[in-house]
Order: sequence, then structure tokens, then C-alpha cells
Amino acid sequence: MTNTPPALELRHVTKRFGSVIANHDVDMDFRHGEILAILGENGSGKTTLMNMIAGIYYPDEGEILVDGELALIRSPKDAFRYHIGMIHQHFKLVDIFTATENIILGIDDGEKYNLKKAAARVLEITERYGFEIDPYKKIYEMSVSEKQTVEILKVLYRGADILILDEPTAVLTPQETQKLFAVLRRMRDDGKTIIIITHKMHEVLSISDRVAVVRKGEHIATVNTAETNESALTEMMVGKKISLNIGRDDPQNPVNRLEVCNLNSESQDGVKVLDNISFVANSGEILGIAGIAGSGQRELLEAIAGLQPLTGGKILYHNPKTEDTVNLCDKTPFEIRELGVRLSFVPEDRLGMGLVGNMDITDNMMLRSYKKGHSVFVNRKPPKSLAERIINDLEVVTPGTTTPVRRLSGGNVQKVLVGREIAAAPTVLMAAYPVRGLDINSSYLIYNLLNEQKKNGAAVIFVGEDLDVLLELCDRILVIASGKITGIVDARTATKEEVGLLMTKTGGDGNEN
Amino acid sequence: MISYLIQSAVTQGTPLLLGATGEIITEKSGNLNLGIPGIMYIGAISGVMGGFFYQESTTHIVGILAILIPFLSALLGSGLASLLYCFLTVTLRVNQNVTGLALTTFGVGFGNFFGGSLVKLSHSETASIALIRLAKFYKKSLPFAKNLGFFGEVFLSYGFMVYLAIAIALVASYVLKKTRVGLHLRAVGENPATADAAGINVTAYKYVSTCVGGMIAGLGGLYYIMDYVNGTWSNDAFGDRGWLAVALVIFSVWKPNVAILGSFLFGGLYILNNIINVSTQIQPLLQMVPYVATIIVLILISVRKRRETQPPASLGLAYFREER
Repeated sequence: MTNTPPALELRHVTKRFGSVIANHDVDMDFRHGEILAILGENGSGKTTLMNMIAGIYYPDEGEILVDGELALIRSPKDAFRYHIGMIHQHFKLVDIFTATENIILGIDDGEKYNLKKAAARVLEITERYGFEIDPYKKIYEMSVSEKQTVEILKVLYRGADILILDEPTAVLTPQETQKLFAVLRRMRDDGKTIIIITHKMHEVLSISDRVAVVRKGEHIATVNTAETNESALTEMMVGKKISLNIGRDDPQNPVNRLEVCNLNSESQDGVKVLDNISFVANSGEILGIAGIAGSGQRELLEAIAGLQPLTGGKILYHNPKTEDTVNLCDKTPFEIRELGVRLSFVPEDRLGMGLVGNMDITDNMMLRSYKKGHSVFVNRKPPKSLAERIINDLEVVTPGTTTPVRRLSGGNVQKVLVGREIAAAPTVLMAAYPVRGLDINSSYLIYNLLNEQKKNGAAVIFVGEDLDVLLELCDRILVIASGKITGIVDARTATKEEVGLLMTKTGGDGNEN
Repeated sequence: MISYLIQSAVTQGTPLLLGATGEIITEKSGNLNLGIPGIMYIGAISGVMGGFFYQESTTHIVGILAILIPFLSALLGSGLASLLYCFLTVTLRVNQNVTGLALTTFGVGFGNFFGGSLVKLSHSETASIALIRLAKFYKKSLPFAKNLGFFGEVFLSYGFMVYLAIAIALVASYVLKKTRVGLHLRAVGENPATADAAGINVTAYKYVSTCVGGMIAGLGGLYYIMDYVNGTWSNDAFGDRGWLAVALVIFSVWKPNVAILGSFLFGGLYILNNIINVSTQIQPLLQMVPYVATIIVLILISVRKRRETQPPASLGLAYFREER
């Protein structure tokens, strides 16, 4: 062991983007037959570092050694030559191609182009490591986990010995994650080097042999997983101890604000996405929504905001100003917004909904206020000062209010989006995954904002993915599975297992209401 | 009568087929080259210029040169125009629609300007250039075709470029479907980031396919001049055939082999008014038919939503590698 050089070694690797240093003087080594987890906050430079190994970027300084020899990796093709393959977070697959076509894409081995032979080789690899996939299935017909399998097969087909996986479990259900981990372990036992980038501490502890912690572009330390624990790793990762306690006050005289009755909705393909949903959201409390991604959370929030066509049901809104009760189903999205129902949606594509990437922060503020005033011309002063306030309060990193939103990093984009919706003093605030992709500090900032809204008497609906956060932040948690409510629990007394169980519960067990 | 109809449809359809095949190859790389009508013009006038100077320089016309000089000139002209398009859209990432439309305007102007100049040089009495001495080599068909009756008239009576056009379309279809190069090219047009990550040189594929496509389309212009109208250039005579070629791309759902039949159908529809005796007021209505057919195809593919008949997913979009 001592005589064999590491499978991969980084020496003094530095990468800059303009004036921003993404990675500074990184030394790291990766061994044969190990699973190494790279842990770091968002924007800590984990992915950039891995992209340099995979040939997407080229380091400005430093060198990369493969099996003890200097390697020049200028393109993904070079990386393949050194048997390095990366499975990206966003799948790089051609939708209308079959699995096999995607797998052999870019390979020019001098052999005759033969899809049948290639498919046979794919099957051979799947049997060896225990994947389940049909080599002739088109990508657009596949589930997320199948697509990920294709990505992994792609690099294995090229004979990769070093596999880099960028947050592979982010899109998987717990069961799929376990399957993936089993496959990864089998590959490790086969002598391959597995590098896995992740945020999830329990996964780091369960799968990895060693953990490398990256903070602000620098390599802090690499430790044996068996000799460390969660809090030690967290400390290395964030640098300073952050209280894990999210504040939670008791709801102040909650009143029924929003009442959803027997809501039904179908997708364009006629699949039921919301199945008889009924619940009440009270003022002054945070109602959490838990569920596996794609269980209908998005559709539910969009239905309340007037963006999702319904096949039945009522959404009753009790207006605190006029004491009226109105059915939001009869209103346009604009009217619903004017009533104080605010949706701050952070979808997978951060710029997809709510913000216009090419416009600056001020202009994006005006998307909500352009109808104000009576003059033909818009008044840019209030939105500008709002933009400045958000930049200040939420610590948005930007050169100024005139920078196009597209040029901000993902977390900062989210802060702008959430900040704008909160600024309107909503009576109902819906936030879906508002902390997705944010580092811990920014996440807490968002939690505090939500708590503040709760104190101000707004009914807050929070769709989250991290059960620990949901259990600490919310007052009640509504669990949704396959478009159905499987339970509403008290967040103060419920356990993680309880909620987890409800999340995976599917239909046919008398949960009609 | 039937053989005349088929003949007219084929000869009328051939420039469309070349233009459409070229545009399909281009679009498969994700470049929506709306400059194709202009490039066809440029191909035509380049061929005419080459041919004109050759015809003027000698009294003894050699058959092989009579074919090769206009042919290579057309390839050169349309190739350069496509290269300009590539440089603007791929390297400088200028908006493809704007570039393409500008190139079409430019190409038509370019053709008419040099066409006018050549007319001056040739001291012709009419406003056209005649390259009849060269054109006869383009129009040459198999000598025994006339003796074969209906079969000969329908299948063997054309100049070599008609067969060339069909061959190019078949080869393009084969390459796209059955080869590694085709797989890579389709990947570039569908998802350039994926292709890039797989180690495919996206820029090279876009450049080469757009230039090859442009050159093939340029031959469409050349065929029209040297064969269809017997070597006569007159300004604006090419008309809207370039746009019809672009429409044919959609009509044939991005498949060159379908474009072969589509082109003959379009060709037939285009000259419908020559066959049916209608008053001049109604003629524009008949000329509209191919476009209406294209719109119907567009509606059909959008209703059916089959992923295989959709345009390349990144069509019209520039590719930035650094964008995250």
C-alpha cells in the first residue's frame, strides 16, 4: 500500500474566475479502492475542483497526477484517457437518444459503429455491478434514477477507474439512494476510486471511507470517516460553530386564514397530481409541507396562487382586513396576489419562475409593482430602495442594484426572490424549497425571515426537503405522497421516522380526507 | 401528360431538395440558418460568374471544365457565405435569426449586384446572361433515355445534378442515422453541453455541418441556373425558392430521405398553375399551397408531440461552455 502511488493526486491546484478565487492551493490525494466524500458548503469550490479533474476547467496553477504521473487534462476527452469520469449533478444526456446511444456518444475507438455490440457491452457492465436498465429505452421515458444509471454507465463504459459523482443523491428517493450506495460499494471493492460530492452528513458517514472538507476554495483536511463525527465535520466545514437551533415561538392567536377543501387537479397527461387535498393554514403559524420531490407540492402551491388548473375543490381565503371569505378559485393570479397571497417559488431552475435573468435587481422588484401609480411612467425610486434594502438585509453578494440577476450565484438569486415576496407584507406566504442550494448561514437568514412573517401574523406555508429543518421550524407538518395527504402532524411532538413513514405511504389506505 | 407533370415536379423540386438537405444538415447541428435563401443566391451567382469568365475566355469549351468551373465556384461562394454565418453565430454568438435574415438580404443583393455587372460586361441586349454553351453539359442526360418511352422520360431524362441531389439526400440520411458522425452531429444539435462533456468538438461540428450544408444549398442555386433555366441568369428569377426549401425542412420533419419526396411534391405544387389553367388573379393562391402544407405539418407535429419529429432541441441557440 505504501509503495503504490495514489490513484489521483492534486498539487497546489488554484483556479480563478476573474477576480474570484474558486480554489486556492489545493493538495489532495485519492486512493485506489476507496470512497472519498468531498464535503463543503455551497460555493466552497467542491464542484469547480472536481470539474478540473474531469477536464471541464483547466487549473491556473498546480498539477494533477494520475497513478503518480503528471497528467495534462485539458478536456473531458483527456480525462477519459486517464480513466476519469464525472457524473454531473445536471444530467448530460440527449433526451431523444436511447441509453446505449448516450453511453457511446463521443467515443471514437476506431471500431466500426455498431449499436448492437455496444448494447451488449452495456448489459455486461450492468450485470457486473447490479444496475437495472434497458439499453434501448429512450432517455425521455426514464425516471431520474434511471437517467443517473445511464450517466454512471457512460463513464464505466469508457473504462473509468476514478468516478466523480456530484451530489448523486439529491434527486433520489431513500430506496434509490440505498441501491446506488450498494452499487458504489461494489465498484469500490472492484478497486475503483469513488469521489462523491455531497451535502448530506448522514450519507457521508454511511458511505465514505474518508472525508475531504473544503471551505472557501481551500482544502481544510481529509480525515478517516471512522474517526470523525458529525459535529467535528460540520465545524471544519463551516469554520465557526453555528447554533443548530432554529427559533420557534408559539403561534400568536392563530385564526383560520386559508382553507383548502377537496382540491383535485390533473396534469396534462390526465394523471392525478392533487387528490382530494384538504387542510387549513392558520395565521401566525408555519405549516410545513413534507414529501418526496414531485409528490404534488409544486402543484398545490401553484393551485393556491391561481396558476394550476383545477378539476374540483375550493380554496377559501378569510381576508383579515374585510372579514370576508372569498374563493380563490374564481380569481386571477393577479387578484390573488393583491389579496396578499404570495408565492415565493424556488423551482429546480432558479430563474425559471419569478425572476428575469437578464434584468437587474431593481427591475425584478418592479415585476411586482409596475402596476402601481397612475402616471404613464413608472417610478423607479421605491423599487430601487427596496432592492438596496434586500441586498443589505439579506447580505446579497452583488456589485450593485444594476447587475443582471443572471450573473448572481444561485443562493443570491434565491435571496432576491424570497426578499421581494416578503417585502410585500403578505398575509399568506408560500415558500417552496427557499433554502435549496443555500449555505447554512443564508439558510438561517431565510428561516428567520419566515419566523418574522409568522410573528407578523402571516400564514406561512413552507415546503422543505430537510426533515430536521421541518421539524424544528414548523408548527404543523402536512405530509403529501403521490398527490394525497397522508397525514398532518404536530411538529413539536412528531418524530423523523413518523414523518418519513408518511412520506412513503401510498394510496389505498382510507386517507380520503 | 403524366410524364411531363412528373418531369416538371422533379426539375422544379431539385433546387428545393438541395436547399432543404443543406438546411437539414445545418439544423441538425443546432444552427437555424435562415440565410439559406441568400446562400442559394450566392451559390447561383458564384457559379454564373465562374462560368461566365470561362465562357468568355475561350472559344473551345471543354465539357469537364464547363461543369467543374461553375460547380466549384458555387461551392466556394456558398461555402464562404456559410463560413461568415458560422463565424458570427458560433464564434461571436450573434443571434442566429438576425444573422440568417441579414445574410439572406445580403445574398439576394450580392446576386443582383454581380448579376447586373455581368450583364454590363456581356454587352447583352436583354437584362440577362446566357451561359447556354456551358448549360448544355449540365443538361446532358443519358442518350438512350429517349428511346425508353415513359420509363426513360420519368426516370432518366434529367441532368446529372438531379441524381446528385437525390444521392446527397440519401447519403445525408444514412450518415445521420447510421454513423458515429451522425450520432455526434445530432447530439450537438440536441444538447451541445452534453456533446461537449462527451468530448465532441461542438464548434467544429457546427462549423463543418453549417458550411457543408450551405454548400449543398448553394448547388441548389447552381442547378436552377445551369439546368432548370438553361444557363440564363436574370436578377430575382430565383424567386422564393429558398424559403420554400426552408419550409420543406419542416415539412420533411428534419429527414433528408423524406425531403426527396417532399421536394417533388412541393415542386409539383409550385408549378400547379402552369398545368391547371387559372386566371392570373388566382395563381398566387396556388403558389401558397406548399406553405399551407408546411403549416399543417407544423400543427400536426405539435399536436402529436412525438419527440422524434420535433426540431433539434437546441435549434437557434448559441452554445456557451462557461455558462453555469
